[in-house]
Amino acid sequence: MVFDRVQKSYDGETLVVKDLNLSIGRGEFLTMLGPSGSGKTTCLMMLAGFETATHGDILLDGQPINNIPPHKRGIGMVFQNYALFPHMTVAENLAFPLEVRKVGKSEREEKVNRALDMVQMGAFGGRRPAQLSGGQQQRIALARALVFEPELVLMDEPLGALDKQLREHMQFEITRLAHNLGITTVYVTHDQTEALTMSDRVAVFNDGRIQQLAPPDELYEQPQNSFVAQFIGENNTLMGTVKEITNGVALVELDDGEVIDAKPVNVSKPGDRTLVSIRPERVEINKDRLSPDAHLIHAEVLEFIYMGDIYRTRLRVAGNDEFVIKTRNAPDQRRLKPGEHIEIGWLPDDCRALDAR
Amino acid sequence: MSQMDLPPYATTGQKIWHYTFYVICGLIFFFLIAPILVIIPLSFNAEDFFTFTPEMLAFDPEGYSLKHYRDFFTNPDWQQAMWNSIKIAPAATFLSVSLGTLAAVGLSQDHVPFRRAIMAILISPMIVPLIISAAGMYFFYSRIGLQGTYFGVVLAHAALGIPFVIITVTATLVGFDRSLTRAAANLGANPVTTFFKVQMPLILPGVISGGLFAFITSFDEVVVVLFVGSANQQTLPWQMFTGLREQISPTILAVATILVVISIALLTTVEILRRRSERLRGMTPG
Repeated sequence: MVFDRVQKSYDGETLVVKDLNLSIGRGEFLTMLGPSGSGKTTCLMMLAGFETATHGDILLDGQPINNIPPHKRGIGMVFQNYALFPHMTVAENLAFPLEVRKVGKSEREEKVNRALDMVQMGAFGGRRPAQLSGGQQQRIALARALVFEPELVLMDEPLGALDKQLREHMQFEITRLAHNLGITTVYVTHDQTEALTMSDRVAVFNDGRIQQLAPPDELYEQPQNSFVAQFIGENNTLMGTVKEITNGVALVELDDGEVIDAKPVNVSKPGDRTLVSIRPERVEINKDRLSPDAHLIHAEVLEFIYMGDIYRTRLRVAGNDEFVIKTRNAPDQRRLKPGEHIEIGWLPDDCRALDAR
Repeated sequence: MSQMDLPPYATTGQKIWHYTFYVICGLIFFFLIAPILVIIPLSFNAEDFFTFTPEMLAFDPEGYSLKHYRDFFTNPDWQQAMWNSIKIAPAATFLSVSLGTLAAVGLSQDHVPFRRAIMAILISPMIVPLIISAAGMYFFYSRIGLQGTYFGVVLAHAALGIPFVIITVTATLVGFDRSLTRAAANLGANPVTTFFKVQMPLILPGVISGGLFAFITSFDEVVVVLFVGSANQQTLPWQMFTGLREQISPTILAVATILVVISIALLTTVEILRRRSERLRGMTPG
């Protein structure tokens, strides 16, 4: 599956999708993650054939599919609202794609039953969608998208309407099914937890472009720009100016005059404005664990929240009141008190100097 | 009707209004139904009068008879008119339903230009006074050789029926989830299969209601058929109209009674059908 320089515009003026290049491997679980209006759903709709690309080609197995109507693409899809046919029973819903493909009756029944068992809904074939709960409808929608054995399945925020517990359970089940069946999955969501836990790779969309395409761990630990850093996970940011870059370490002077070490990601030369990003769990309050020459900066404790497994502490750092650190609840861990003045530091690799957007 | 009960804190004014309201409702029903109900006993009149005879008022069996019904079923003029109606109304209904449904489905798509204008034009036969439509059709159909033909009358009645179908089907389409047609396409169904297997069953209640209105319109219509039709297309309402003007026979009352019974039966059947298909749709718990 390849997107080759794809552009999409609805009104002929503003591009919703700008120059999209993306290739998805067979059997891969790829998530398109982004805020609403970022172009991720449009990409999915282009894949399914409900929207046409204004420019560029979409290739499936090396063949351009731009001119193939949706019903001939053979791509499975799970819709956001499930889109189950309300006038048909569950079994009839599942048989529908097989019927239009002229699959024989006995084979049809066998496949429907197998698909129902796959999602543990074997006993529900005779029910109508309206008689099922949200989670059950979700499973049926999933089974229907898989029953005709497509190689590629698209999912458009399929878990958006479920409650948290069910959502987590279904995340696991969808991933398991996709891997067991070896199908290629393109999954659209705006929920970053979902994206991180389910995917082989995540494409972060913003403003019609892919901001970063990487496996979940890389995305979280090595964001390539400030949008990704702020969109994925919790993140502390400090504004500053690059003083010098030596041996892959940038010396950044923060706006209040303090100096810190950071890893230059997309800053290139001294004098560049930069947004420095540090994950709350990578901030170190125990300077024994840091190298002796690490730069430490001063922080004032504003708030301490006990969250069970972790402590969440809000600090004022370099004029930023929203600087959060998370420390593990361990026997030797210090509980900071509001008003306390401490020094904090971090490994230069964990502190990334990004573009100042 | 517990929600219609007066709450304990109702004031005298509210109580008076409460009962006045019932009286008004009763009067409305009376004025709507009484003229129809009164023709039913009159149609069994043993005399050729349009009024109750003293025998009838005395419930004397001699005062009643089925002679007007016999006349209806044996008189060739009435029989011809009945068959004409039976041939014209279903054909006109079929045309109205097919074209009206297609128009409603088409006009519900966002990308169709001038949707509102097109819709207004299609619905105009319902708004324009019938006599004007009829006169217009007369001149137009005369030019193209449709005046005085069976097909001409069917076409004219279809034009009158289409607005009802468009309105009812459009109303059903408002609640139609567009992602269902996308899902059908995604699952491999071509647009025609999608329409008949997914969209049509779901909008069926609207189609049925629209079809009923179209049928009744054609079945009861007298003005247009007088203009567009000829002696060969004389329908029941036309025959009743001429009957009233020329021979004043109570057979009209017998026909009217039959028509009322047919209308009630139709409405009931269609309502049952509509409820059933609505239940299938999963709209109402069932």
